[in-house]
Amino acid sequence: MKLNTKPFGIITIEDKQRISFNKGIFGFENIKEYALLNASQWPFYWLQAIEVPDLAFILIDPIIFRPDYTPDVDEHDLAELKLLPGDKDKMLIFSIVTVPSDQKKMTANLQGPIIINREERIGRQMISMNQKWKVRHYIIDELSSKGGSEC
Amino acid sequence: MLILARKINESIIINDNIEISILDIKGDQVKIGIDAPKNVPVFRKEVYQAIQEENKAAAKSSADIIHSLDNMFKKENK
Repeated sequence: MKLNTKPFGIITIEDKQRISFNKGIFGFENIKEYALLNASQWPFYWLQAIEVPDLAFILIDPIIFRPDYTPDVDEHDLAELKLLPGDKDKMLIFSIVTVPSDQKKMTANLQGPIIINREERIGRQMISMNQKWKVRHYIIDELSSKGGSEC
Repeated sequence: MLILARKINESIIINDNIEISILDIKGDQVKIGIDAPKNVPVFRKEVYQAIQEENKAAAKSSADIIHSLDNMFKKENK
């Protein structure tokens, strides 16, 4: 299908890129259909709202800058995505990235991970039960120290 | 909003299966016990708000930012 996107304008996406968030994203609860797009380069992705071209989130795989990251979400939340905690093959884990005007200060939200069941193409933003994870982790700083310091 | 006055060790029941008890009151802090089924998520409101606010900030990230970001990332990653 053709999709009008924030980063790329109108592009063609495949059905397998479509992900339904039946509870939306916190703060955007009414918007439930998204497409997962590769950003122009690794390691970023876009989560583009299907019906709102202006709404797209930058995602990153948090393991890239925090090798020690585990989302520590409630298994009942996972069950709603038809996932078990050990379903590594089916489960995609992302963090939403916030990029301020000073890009070196970009942060990732490790407290509210985006979890996707790639087979069912359903996703949800969950809340980590591990208080170590905050909404703003400085990606560049933590990448340099490779998981050494806490935010 | 329904407003109920409760004392220590008193509680309220919501929907037959959620019990909220007042365990202790010290100064301006109230200790609340929540007995709810495991599939009922319970979080402090500020956690929700922080994530909502962060999502709104994230949605404002500029679309053409990825290229420069990526260059920065590669440098840092070497």
